[in-house]
Amino acid sequence: MSNRVLILFAHPLFEKSRVNKTLVSDYPAGVTFHDLYEHYPDFNIDIEKEKQLLTDHDIIIWQHPIYWYSCPALLKQWIDLVLEAGWAYGPGGIALKGKSVFQVITTGAPEHSYHEEANNRFTIRQFLAPFDQTATLCKMDYLPPFVTHGSHRIHKDQVDEQTAAYHFLLDYLANNDLDIEALKKYNYLNDWVKENQQL
Amino acid sequence: MGKRKPTTMTSDFLSQALVYLGAAVICVPIAKKIGMSSVLGYLLSGIIIGPFVLGFIGKEGQDIMHVAEFGVVMMLFIIGLELEPAAFWKMRKAIAGFGLSQLFGTSILLFLVFISMGWPWTTAISAGLTLTMSSTAIVLQTLKEKGLSQTTAGQASFSVLLFQDIAVIPILAILPLLATTAVVADEAHPSLLSGLPAWVQTILVIAAVGSIYGIGTYLVVPLLRVIAKTGLREMFTASSLLLVVAVAFLMEMVGLSPALGTFVAGVVLANSEFRHELESDIDPFKGLLLGLFFMGVGASINFQLIQEAPAQIATLVLLVLFIKFIVLFGIGKIYKLNIDQNFLFALGLSQVGEFAFVLLSFTGQLNIIDQEWIGKLTAITAISMMTTPLLLLVHEKFIHPHFGIQEKPVEKPGDTIEEHHDVIVAGFGHFGSTIGRLLRANGIKATILDNNPDQVELLRRMGFKVYYGDATRIDMLKSAGIESAKLLIAAIDSPETNSNLVHTVRKHFPHIKILARARNRFDAHELMETGVSHVYRETLYTAVQLAVDALGELGFRKHTATRQGQKFIKFDEKALAKLAASRYDMKEYALNSKDEIAIQEKLLQNDLLLSFSDNDHSWDSNFVKEAILGKDPGGASTK
Repeated sequence: MSNRVLILFAHPLFEKSRVNKTLVSDYPAGVTFHDLYEHYPDFNIDIEKEKQLLTDHDIIIWQHPIYWYSCPALLKQWIDLVLEAGWAYGPGGIALKGKSVFQVITTGAPEHSYHEEANNRFTIRQFLAPFDQTATLCKMDYLPPFVTHGSHRIHKDQVDEQTAAYHFLLDYLANNDLDIEALKKYNYLNDWVKENQQL
Repeated sequence: MGKRKPTTMTSDFLSQALVYLGAAVICVPIAKKIGMSSVLGYLLSGIIIGPFVLGFIGKEGQDIMHVAEFGVVMMLFIIGLELEPAAFWKMRKAIAGFGLSQLFGTSILLFLVFISMGWPWTTAISAGLTLTMSSTAIVLQTLKEKGLSQTTAGQASFSVLLFQDIAVIPILAILPLLATTAVVADEAHPSLLSGLPAWVQTILVIAAVGSIYGIGTYLVVPLLRVIAKTGLREMFTASSLLLVVAVAFLMEMVGLSPALGTFVAGVVLANSEFRHELESDIDPFKGLLLGLFFMGVGASINFQLIQEAPAQIATLVLLVLFIKFIVLFGIGKIYKLNIDQNFLFALGLSQVGEFAFVLLSFTGQLNIIDQEWIGKLTAITAISMMTTPLLLLVHEKFIHPHFGIQEKPVEKPGDTIEEHHDVIVAGFGHFGSTIGRLLRANGIKATILDNNPDQVELLRRMGFKVYYGDATRIDMLKSAGIESAKLLIAAIDSPETNSNLVHTVRKHFPHIKILARARNRFDAHELMETGVSHVYRETLYTAVQLAVDALGELGFRKHTATRQGQKFIKFDEKALAKLAASRYDMKEYALNSKDEIAIQEKLLQNDLLLSFSDNDHSWDSNFVKEAILGKDPGGASTK
């Protein structure tokens, strides 16, 4: 069995991004890469086209850097416009039912700063609650995020390692039946990759 | 019509061309300048070069007219082109209603006049029918020139004229029956069919008209496609002319009106893709030939006859004009034209038309009317044609301002107050119409002013409310409702006119907000000096958009390029404002190209100094790193 995977990519300054550039280079075949800032530089999102893309895929990935504990503006605009009432949620809104969605994010700060005791005071999963609930309201399965922390000072080897992990994940998602409930138990999908990549 | 062969030599041709063109080039602009229509200019120049003033041309005036009548034929072809079959079909009731009542009403009254003069009834009928005709050439040309073609009066006039064009055919058929003498060989209309029995003629006539449709659709259009593909512009012009000439010839052959034939051909081709090409190819010929025709009319007025019986001629002219006017005015009343439109309609069609010349020469040959009266009636016809531009001038200057309001297109008569919108768009070319479309798409109705009659006609057909007129005139602005409007969009093509408009409006209607189009930064300066802050340079936004796309093509991220474009516009507008202020330092009226280059140079230097692109560190993680990370590794909130 195979799943059709869609990466909705949102990065306003992709040309200067080191980590994300590597993450999406040579991604596995069969994955649709959709560069939102390149398609909608003026934020004029083609809603019908985006809905069609969603319809045509089974697994949706929101890939973006974390800015101010959230996503870049265009992705928020995308969520506001595309996930229409009566289509994605609400009465009759079942277009996305049964699809899975998760986030692939990068943060400047290291993982340990995202803790109750640390300066960011909340965990990444807590910050992502709005996305979790958005997916849930749209009757989608919200999976744990795939996170690259500390992008400010990350070493090239570490970036390559992350990229390999990400591509392994993409490849697996595209070509296997998923045990959604099992995946949901992880904190980050990075942890699932670590367990399975080593096998 | 137009069957005379040129009999003169080349040198003769040149001197004649010199006289006609010279007279036209001198008289027509003068006529226009003092506010008269070009028709009157042509008529006057005809009189001046004619046998009774300067005598440059003698009796050739008549000959010239035969050639020049072809201008009328071409005009009807163009009218046909502008009228799609569906629109023509829609007008059928108006044509029959207006046309029939005018034809019968006028000719019966004229008939009674001539009977009372003691004429035999046959003469009275043919003279009555002849003088009933109005001038398609004068009326349509004048209406078009004044941009009144689409008004109710314009439409009604067109209906009457078209009906008359059609009616000429049965009238030509009836006239021989009135002849007391034996029918002489029909020289004015040599017809191949003359010898055939009536029923054969009828069938052939119907077949001829039918063949125009068939040939037009299945032969002409494919042929034009082939010719268009050769890419030879003059070949296309030649085939357009050939088409008109051939149709006219065919019609003459079967004894029909060439004007009617070409009109039908025009209607048939109105739906083809070549409509506009045909129109623009034929149009200059039509214009010149019509001009020639009017000059011929002027030159052929026989002043000797008038001198002999001035009172009689004058009385008859006035009587004919009055009868035609009264009948038309009555029809207008019945059809509920409002008073202003009705005056325009009745005065406009009050002259005797060019078909009268044809009918008169025909009746002359049939000996229905004697030669002296033919001369007099010809003079009456020509003089009555001269009165039309004057009467319309009277209408424009006295009647129209008095009865006010409506030179405008009237779908719903009388709702002028409703017509006063919040927005006035002055200038509705490519620039203004884009604005108008976007506004209309958002349910904003604008009052639109434009002074290109063709453009106005086109846009009215497209359902825009466009008013014809000079937007820089205060009275025009007032009648467009500027006193109650909120927004004026100054979008006229010519920067000079646009600047005039802005000056006028700033001075007389300071309450209104102005959004002004400027061609370049220099126009923008000028507009900003009048205190207008909303200035839109047509050379800025499009050029920036192109540059943004160019950056994209060169591999820049689209979003980055877009932001650079947005910032550039802001930056450039700031630079413009700065320079506008410093422009006072320069000799204001000597802003020549050297200064323009100096300003360009200054702008380019500023670009380098400010280098706004380097200052952009939005989303830049390196910037964040440098600013924060060194001191506080955990504090970065951005990526």
